[in-house]
Amino acid sequence: MRALRILSRSIRDSFKSAGRNFSLSMAAITCSTITLILVAVSIVLSYNVSEITTNLEKELTIVAYVKKEATESNIEELKSELNKINNVENYTYKSADEWKAEMKNESETLNATLDYLETNPLLDSFIVKVKDVTDLKSVTEQIRKFEFISSAEYGEGMVENIVGAFDIVSKGTIVIVVALVLVTAFLISNTIKLTIYSRKNEIEIMRLVGASNIAIKLPFIFEGFILGVLGSIIPIIVTIYGYNFLYDKLNGHIVSNMITLVQPFNFVFYVAFILLAVGSVVGMFGSYRAVRKYLKI
Amino acid sequence: MKLIKVKNCYKVYKNGTTAIADLNIDIDKGEFVFVIGSTGSGKSTFIKMLYREEKPTKGDVIVGGINVAKLRNSKVYKLRRKLGVVFQDFKLLPKLTVYENVAFALEALGMESKEIRPKVMKAIENVGLKEKIRNFPSQLSGGEQQRVAIARAIVNNPKLLICDEPTGNLDPDTSREIMGILEKINQELGTTIIMATHDKDIVNRMKKRVIVIENSVLAGDYLKGSYKAHESVKNTK
Repeated sequence: MRALRILSRSIRDSFKSAGRNFSLSMAAITCSTITLILVAVSIVLSYNVSEITTNLEKELTIVAYVKKEATESNIEELKSELNKINNVENYTYKSADEWKAEMKNESETLNATLDYLETNPLLDSFIVKVKDVTDLKSVTEQIRKFEFISSAEYGEGMVENIVGAFDIVSKGTIVIVVALVLVTAFLISNTIKLTIYSRKNEIEIMRLVGASNIAIKLPFIFEGFILGVLGSIIPIIVTIYGYNFLYDKLNGHIVSNMITLVQPFNFVFYVAFILLAVGSVVGMFGSYRAVRKYLKI
Repeated sequence: MKLIKVKNCYKVYKNGTTAIADLNIDIDKGEFVFVIGSTGSGKSTFIKMLYREEKPTKGDVIVGGINVAKLRNSKVYKLRRKLGVVFQDFKLLPKLTVYENVAFALEALGMESKEIRPKVMKAIENVGLKEKIRNFPSQLSGGEQQRVAIARAIVNNPKLLICDEPTGNLDPDTSREIMGILEKINQELGTTIIMATHDKDIVNRMKKRVIVIENSVLAGDYLKGSYKAHESVKNTK
């Protein structure tokens, strides 16, 4: 019962003192609002970049052309060989006739050229998808060694550059997010420390009248929690409405259909949840750290 | 019965200053004791050790059965609940009313509201501030503020009341008023009172036991009424 009373009084007092120390509370709230907005922006950015990277990577394939002289049974053999390669996710077989039909549909000139030729100049081929794009090169080399394969291509050079660049960008944004969260933690906890510094007297008197350490700490920890939650409200609104607005403005993609943005729904709520969690935990932790100092523990 | 037992107590601060050296004092339950000494004599350190604001470097300071020297920081509250402390600068919370300031001491202990009210009212009555329970400290005179601080210190019926220069900021008339209240608490509630002071007039008039601390050591311990200011310092024990 006593513990419950201390708890309920702590909650009541924390609301009271957040209101009584209005200007300092506002300072803490503003500080967490600003840093949490930065955190929100960087989370949205980094998640989108990593989604774009994985989407692009999914598009990367190896095209392997089969030699003219290969027979039906040779092709069957090739299929089973491809199945044996660990890194191959799946492959589709496209015969020369299928290619021809597809190309004829694509443009008039190609149609005319292919009609003019009596025999089909195209080759049967496999379109291979790999599980991990970093193995694109080695898988291609393995395929090239097969007896009935004339050549295999994967867009050497360019593909590696793009994958490399995206890798750096997505790793960089993760570093930025982590750094920002740490900076937020530091800023919020320092601001709360200042607000508590101004209330040293209160802590001293509580100690003097025989309040236990936990009874002293609780109201401050709840206050930190409240400040953190209040500080995350604006960033959450900005994230939900801002991202939706941006998504609608850009029709869900940047430059081409290849680069699509993450669907706003669910995603913005995850980000909102992260912001709320970071705000409240950091607020609580900041208060805890500051009170500890005055409790001489 | 001994309420306070100080045995071979030393206090050396981190910078090397010796504040208390080989101090031995016993104080009985229900006594009213003045602690006097010039600035820097170690008097304040002695007072602070009694409520464990300072920890003795060596020796024992036993207050109400608790050895302050062995008390961990996290357990200090157990000692503080047995005593009340009053300071020169009152240490009231400016944003709380008189009632709230006194009730604060009990709320911090997790006491029930219906239990708190009668206790607070009684303590406020004891210091004669019943008319002003809704005032804020800034609306009170210095003497009244000190009375609120005394009410807060006695609200939990402590066995011991420690007063660190409670009249230091007050004019002689108000000081007399405060001393009257302390005397009443000592007589009627049986609370042991230890008071550090600079005010020779008060000490002479009250005729209580007087402990003199000079240059970090016990320079005199005068039994009730035997101390006269300006008398040459001697140990009568």
